[in-house]
Formats: sequence, structure tokens, C-alpha cells
Amino acid sequence: MAALTDLSIAEAGEGLDNGDFTARELTDAYLAAMEAARDLNAFVEETPERARAMADASDARRTKGEAAGPLDGIPLAVKDLFCTEGALSTASSRILEGFRPTYESTVTANLWEAGAVLLGKTSMDEFAMGSANITSCYGPVLNPWKATGGDAAGKDLVPGGSSGGSAAAVAARVAAGATGTDTGGSIRQPGAFCGIVGLKPTYGRCSRWGMIAFASSLDQAGPLTHTVKDAALMLAGMAGFDPKDSTSVDLPVPDYAAALTGDIRDLRVGVPAEYRMEGTPPEIEALWEQGVAWLRDAGAEIVDISLPHTKYALPAYYIVAPAEASSNLARYDGMRYGLRVEGEDLTDTYERTRAEGFGHEVQRRVLIGTYVLSAGYYDAYYLKAQRVRTRIADDFKTAWESCDVILTPTTPSAAFALGEKQDDPIAMYLNDIFTVPASMAGLPAISVPAGLSGDGLPLGLHLIGPAFGEETLLRAAGVLETAAGFDARP
Amino acid sequence: MTDTTDTQTDAIPDHLVAHFTSRIGHNSADLIEGETGAWEIIIGMEVHAQVMSESKLFSGAPTDFGGDPNTHVSLIDAAMPGMLPVLNEAAIRQAVRTGLGLEAQINHRSVFDRKNYFYPDLPQGYQISQFSDPIVGEGRVTVDMEDGESFEVGIVRIHLEQDAGKSIHDRIPDQTCIDLNRSGVALMEIVSKPDIRSGAEAAAYLSKLRSILRYLGTCDGNMQEGSLRADVNVSVRRPGEELGTRCEIKNVNSIRFVRQAVDYEARRQIEILEEGGEIDQETRLFDPDRGETRSMRSKEEAHDYRYFPDPDLLPVVIDKAFVDEIKASLPELPDTKAARFVDEFGLSEYDAGVLVAERETAEFYEAVVDAEGAKRDPKIAANWITGDFFRRLNADELAIADSPVTGAQLGGLIDLIADGTISGKIAKEVFDEMFDTGNDAGDIVEEKGLKQISDTGEISAIIDQIIADNPEQADQYRSGNTKVAGWFTGQAMKATQGKANPQMVNELLKEKLGG
Repeated sequence: MAALTDLSIAEAGEGLDNGDFTARELTDAYLAAMEAARDLNAFVEETPERARAMADASDARRTKGEAAGPLDGIPLAVKDLFCTEGALSTASSRILEGFRPTYESTVTANLWEAGAVLLGKTSMDEFAMGSANITSCYGPVLNPWKATGGDAAGKDLVPGGSSGGSAAAVAARVAAGATGTDTGGSIRQPGAFCGIVGLKPTYGRCSRWGMIAFASSLDQAGPLTHTVKDAALMLAGMAGFDPKDSTSVDLPVPDYAAALTGDIRDLRVGVPAEYRMEGTPPEIEALWEQGVAWLRDAGAEIVDISLPHTKYALPAYYIVAPAEASSNLARYDGMRYGLRVEGEDLTDTYERTRAEGFGHEVQRRVLIGTYVLSAGYYDAYYLKAQRVRTRIADDFKTAWESCDVILTPTTPSAAFALGEKQDDPIAMYLNDIFTVPASMAGLPAISVPAGLSGDGLPLGLHLIGPAFGEETLLRAAGVLETAAGFDARP
Repeated sequence: MTDTTDTQTDAIPDHLVAHFTSRIGHNSADLIEGETGAWEIIIGMEVHAQVMSESKLFSGAPTDFGGDPNTHVSLIDAAMPGMLPVLNEAAIRQAVRTGLGLEAQINHRSVFDRKNYFYPDLPQGYQISQFSDPIVGEGRVTVDMEDGESFEVGIVRIHLEQDAGKSIHDRIPDQTCIDLNRSGVALMEIVSKPDIRSGAEAAAYLSKLRSILRYLGTCDGNMQEGSLRADVNVSVRRPGEELGTRCEIKNVNSIRFVRQAVDYEARRQIEILEEGGEIDQETRLFDPDRGETRSMRSKEEAHDYRYFPDPDLLPVVIDKAFVDEIKASLPELPDTKAARFVDEFGLSEYDAGVLVAERETAEFYEAVVDAEGAKRDPKIAANWITGDFFRRLNADELAIADSPVTGAQLGGLIDLIADGTISGKIAKEVFDEMFDTGNDAGDIVEEKGLKQISDTGEISAIIDQIIADNPEQADQYRSGNTKVAGWFTGQAMKATQGKANPQMVNELLKEKLGG
């Protein structure tokens, strides 16, 4: 029998149901793996005691025939952005040093309700701002993959970000799955960099209550898993209407796993011309072509489409997201919780607290956001960016008239070496070039590991679906996954 | 850590407020005579009214006044990480109700915005308010002055916003304590046009607005507890000229202070202008102890609030049925009620105005007039309330709700006068006794033997005795000095401890002296 940690969530669930092993045994296997993989620095806090207690409770339920469903007894990692009662919840920022909430986020509460087990909290880019997981106050997280050739050969690689700790933990088989959050690509990009599946649901599908806010109109929780089916199972456990989040949508949660029929003969797959960007490496282009061929071979109709405002998505995103962040992060003022650095007077206390509490990238975005909302600049930046956002959403609406899902690459490159792009925020921001448009339109999108780069690093393909079209999206992703047959390991 | 300023809420920027007065001409009595000629005062007000509701604008925490510090605070009010606001529909209802009461346009789509600034009593680092799309648009309030004149104040808008917490500077030396009980409580900001022309008018406007809000049940109007407070914008100009630079007097929390603050501020500005100076646009505070305003913050220190739509909240969309339902439940408001009192009861406009100013007074009045289907004399009822009743309430520092005498009881007293059981003079005594004991008029009259003497024989004998004892005065009367009649009446009342029926006394006197 393979190691317990090699099992997918679906397989582990079957094993638990068959009595092949207990949730406690499964959890202990993951806890051991977690300890062995501490070099990755993926966790900001391990919660072994809680994990064992939750696993024992799961076993007790299963013995009584009261297992809650496919996630009961499944050990998961949770991004440090989710508030988890009594466990460190800091958005990997010094300003929330030592913060342990008295409350549980809706998404994690849903998961525990479904019987899942918390292994620990995973590191992330500070306040989810970053694409390399190098801005965490706990230090960088390492990608378990190593390049076999090229410039990065032998070097430590970034796992992507901002959900880098979650992606690294799943890729290293330290967790069966993990929650992430995606604002402009923070689930999909690290998913691609780490060779796993990353799903960002439709905005409003998962409650944001108890999730530390970065950009409220974009933030959305989602799963990072080994397989598309696991993503479907986890999403079903996370999603649902929440009256505590006014932007959450009151729609029933379907059986996403049941949507994975493997049959996409009725689907039209859109291929957007504007995503063929200058400077995209040939191997990314080639993988994209390969993805188109796989879906065509599976019986889907391939349609050339146009999303004309694509090139404005990234600049508009870097106005909207920092604007909201500048306001969302105003509550970290040293007055009620987290870090406080005493100053000469009130203003000095604010300044010192926020100067020491926030890292450079966070400060940069707070400054950008403050600037674009300022009197005299609001119309030129924020308002215009919102108009661009409407155009981007309209582009997609038009596209859905001729296709059912859209296929693009996830990232313009494979994982890069730690330290690279660190001093060049624009190069770093370009990581999200393919993922940001769907975020701006609030659409569901998924990254599926599809192949290896010339240097032996994983690359992802990216599918975008219409709002609340997760079932179709997952169905297409499942076919892509089967066709790609990606079974490489770090 | 120390800090001196208390609250940093600020005026709606000019470009969003129609700062054009709709009031044409001026009452020459309101002009102020300076050293160099007449000045006109221009006043606009922003009134913050705490919405009467069980819970806060975006959280379930209670809104009761007077709890121990930080006991009415939810995770949302304390702005804990990951917390999200959820709009309290009751606050929307109250704002719409207020809008309808001020004959204002109700906006079927409105938006909550964030107003960003740092202050320790503002946990989120922003106040959720309504900026470009408020829930209520233009409306109006008719204000009556004591001299019988009335004028109209245009309402620019009403928007909903969160209150801040409270900074307490004097509890621990060199430290500021924060009480978040008020943090997140729903306020309505009611913005007037600059249609007000004097301190007296400003006070009358606030008083009328308070009355309407209390009738509507949307704000308790308790100024001492801070449920109602006003920011008063004052500027002066030569009659007919362009508007001058204004100063905003923040957080004035009594109607009397509004008048004092305006009067002081107008004088201050006129003095500066007449000496050739310029007015600095600034925020000022009124110091009631010294009766003066002083500078708090100048325009240069003004914040850039970086308003933008709150992405945590959806636009508020209300339909016609929602508004109609609220409209159908509106009570009779003071203006309508006063008109009815004039019409139905034949009261003077002044008396009607006094009686309707407080909803409780009007209700009390109607209870006095209503004699189980029949009607007591409405003017006599009005006189009793505005006279003796108010006198005793004031003397005992009681609110009408705490009055020991009910409307029906006062009605009973009036009945005893009407049917001649007691005289008007005795009635005043009985009333005081009622107020002291809470007993019915009839019981008091019975117990104390205050019943009026209406027996002709008894009164006749008394008068005969007085005439006999005072021949000199009787002669005066007979020789044409009829004024002495009053003296005789007085003697007769004195002899009966006021219980003689004064009408009978007069009749008998005339008969006997004339004969």
C-alpha cells in the first residue's frame, strides 16, 4: 500500500469509509510528514494536538455511522489569512503578531462541520500581497520542487503566492489539501508553481466572514489540492451562503464532484487572442496549444474569442486592490490588538506601529491605494479603474455567447528562484497577468498542472468559467487533468 | 498618550451640498447693525440624530445609553480582523420614515461609502457613511417663530452613518481611554440649506426638527445624552451680497447653546470684517461656560477622507411598496396637528403651536378635551395646560410623561368648574393638591369641603352683613362710584374662604346696593 500521505482526498475518504485506516492514523502520518518538511517553512503554526483531537472525533463519528461526508477525517492546512479560533491568525504580518481570534471564519467553520482536521496554519505573502511568498513576516516559504536545469538549477525556488505555504504544503504531501485565498491569482499561481490544482470560485461563492481582508471586492477563498475531484470535494465543504457576508450569494451548493463526468463533447472552449502576449516563453505557448488539442480531442469545440480589454486588467487591478487594501488595513493601528509601538504622541504611535508592523510590499500598496483615492486623483485612477473593470466583465459576458469555458496559461513562467524579481515589483506583478482578468470579473477559474518546463518544473493551464459555473469549469478541468496525466513529483 | 480633539467627523464637501439658499429676501429684524452698516447672518445646519433602533447600523450590538464602557461592543464594532458589516434594515426604515416626515425625496438606490481617517475611537480606520448617494434627498421643514412668523428651511439630504466611539481623557492621567459602546450606532445626518438667518431661527429650527423626529419615533431627541447634536455653519454678509466664508461650530448639544453660539459667532465675524480682516474657514467649538466659540482646526488641517464605495456592502435598493408601507404608518405630524387644533378646537395658532410642540403634550391635551365622547371646552383645556400644568411641571422639573396628574384627571377638574361645583380660584388650589397627591379633583373637593357656596340665602345674608358693616363704601357705590363693587366682591369671597359662587355674589351685590 502506498503511503497514506500519497492518497488524494477522495482516496483517503474511501479508505476511511472502508476501515482501511483511521482518521487518527491518517492525521499522524501527515503530522509526521509536516515535521519532516519543516525546511519548507510552510507553516506559521502547527496544531498537532487539535489535529489529533479532531481526528479522534472523526473516528468516533464514523464508528457510530455518523460520518459527515467525504471530508470527514481529512487533514487540511489553512492559510494564515483565515481566522481560526485560538490558533495564530496573522495574515503573516508583524502587525498581527500573536493574534489569536476568539472566533472562527465561516469557511473553516464549514470545513470543521464537514469533519475536516486542522493540521496547522500556512504562511503566505503578508496580507496576501505577493506572488512569491517572500513577504511573509515568518520568512520565505520554499517550493518543494527543484529545477533540473537552467539558471535556477539547484537553487531554492519560490512556491508562488500569496497562498505559497498552502501550495507548498500540499505539493510536499504535508496536507491532503489546503485552503487558499485568491485576489488576483493567489491560489492559481502558486498552484501552478507547485504542480497542484488551485481553484478560485466565483466571487460570493465562499463567505469572506473571518477572512482577513486584502481587497474586499476581489478576495475569494478556494482550495489547493492534488486532483480536480479533490478541489470539487473541498469546495463543496467550504462554499455556501452566509448572512454575515453581504456579498455572499444565496445559491445552493451543488454536488461538484458529481459534475466530473469526463464528457465535454457539449462544451465550447474559448481561446482568447489577447492572451497571446509578447514575450511569453515558447514552452508556455506550446503547453497552451497542447491544452487546446487535449480538449479538442476530448470532443469539445474550440472557438477563437476576443477579450479586448485584457491588457488593461493588470493596471486596473493595481489600482482597485491597493485602494481597498489601504482602507481595509487602516484598522491595524496598534490600539486594540496586534503590534503597538509607543511613540511621542498619537500620530507618532500610529506611524511607528505601522512602519514596524507592515512590510515594504504592504506599505507600497497602502501608499498606492491612498494616493489613488485622494482628492483630485480619485476620478483619474479609482473611478477609471472601476470603469475598466466593468469593460472587462462585459468582455467575458460577450465571450459566453460563443463559448462555455476559456482556456489560457496560468502563469507566464514556471517557479523562479528565491531572490529573483525581489527588487522589481512590476516583474513580480506580471506573474498575475493571466489570472487577474477573471478576478476583476469575479469569475471562477482553476489551474490544473499540465506539464513540466524544460527545467523540469511544473506548469499549469488555466480555465475560466462563467459566474457560478463551477460545475462546468470542474468538468472541463477534470478532462484536462486526465489528458495531461500529470504525475511528476517534486 | 494624550490628545485634545475629540471627534473628527466633518462637513459634507461643498460640491455635494447645494449651498444655495432657497430663502428670498430677509426679515429686517434679523439684520445685525455693525459699526459700518447692516449685516445678514447666513446659517446652515448639519444635525446628527441617533436613530432609534434596537441594534447598531451594521452589527447586532445593543444601542442602549449608559452601559458600562465597552459592554455594548460586537466584534464588528471593535473592527476585529475579518469582520464584515451587515446592514440593519430597521435603520433604513427609520431614515425613510424621517425623510417622509420632512416631505423629502426618498432615493430608491443609495450607497454606503467609507470615510477614511485615523482616530483611536474609530476602530475601522474609516466611518461607513453615505457620500454621493444618500438615502434621502431634498425636503423641507416649516419653522414657526414666537412672534407668529414662520419660515421654511430646505433640507438638502439625509444620510445614514456610523457613530464613533468615545475618547475619555480624564480617567487615567496622561492616557486616553476609549469606550466603543457608541461605535457603530446609527446616526442620521440631516443637512439643511443655508436658509436660517439668526440665532433665534437656528434654535427654532432645531427645536422643530427635534419635535418632528420625536413624533416620527425615529430619534428620541435627547440632547443631553447626545442623541441629537448640531454642527452649525455660520457666515455673515452684507444684505444681498455673495455668501461669506463660513465657520463650522461642531457638536452643539443644546437648543439654547445653538442660539448663543450663533449670536457669538456672528458678532465675532462681523468684528473681524469691519476691522478689515478676513474670516478663516475653520472648525470651531462652542464653550458654554464662556459663551464663546473657539478655533478647533483650520482648513489647512482638514482631512482628505478618500471616500469610496464600501466594497463590503451592496447598494441599498428599496422599492415603492417599502416606502408606501412606511408612509401609511406615519403619525399626524405637528404642523397638521396644529392646523387641526385651530380648526377643530378654535385655538389660536400660538396656543396650537405650543400644544403640538411635543407629541406628549398634544396627546395630553387631547385626553383633557376628550370627555368620553363629549368634548370639554378646548380653550379652557388649553389654558390649564399652558398655565398651571406647565407651571407645576417646570417647578417640579418633571417631564410630561412623569406627571402625577393624567389628562383625564385634569379633565375632571375642569368639569367641576364647568358645573359650578368649585370656583376657578379654588380649582387652582385643588389642582396643586392633585399634583401633590395624584388624587382625583372630586375626592379632594369632597374631602376638604371646597364645594362652592351657591345657596342664595347664605350668600345674601353674608352680603347684607358686609353692607351693614361698611356704610361708607355702600354710599360711594350709590353715588356712582361703581368700582367699589369689586371691593365688596373681595370681602364676600374673603368671608367664605373663596367658596362663594362669584357670579352669584356679583348679582346679589348689584341688586342690594342698587336697591
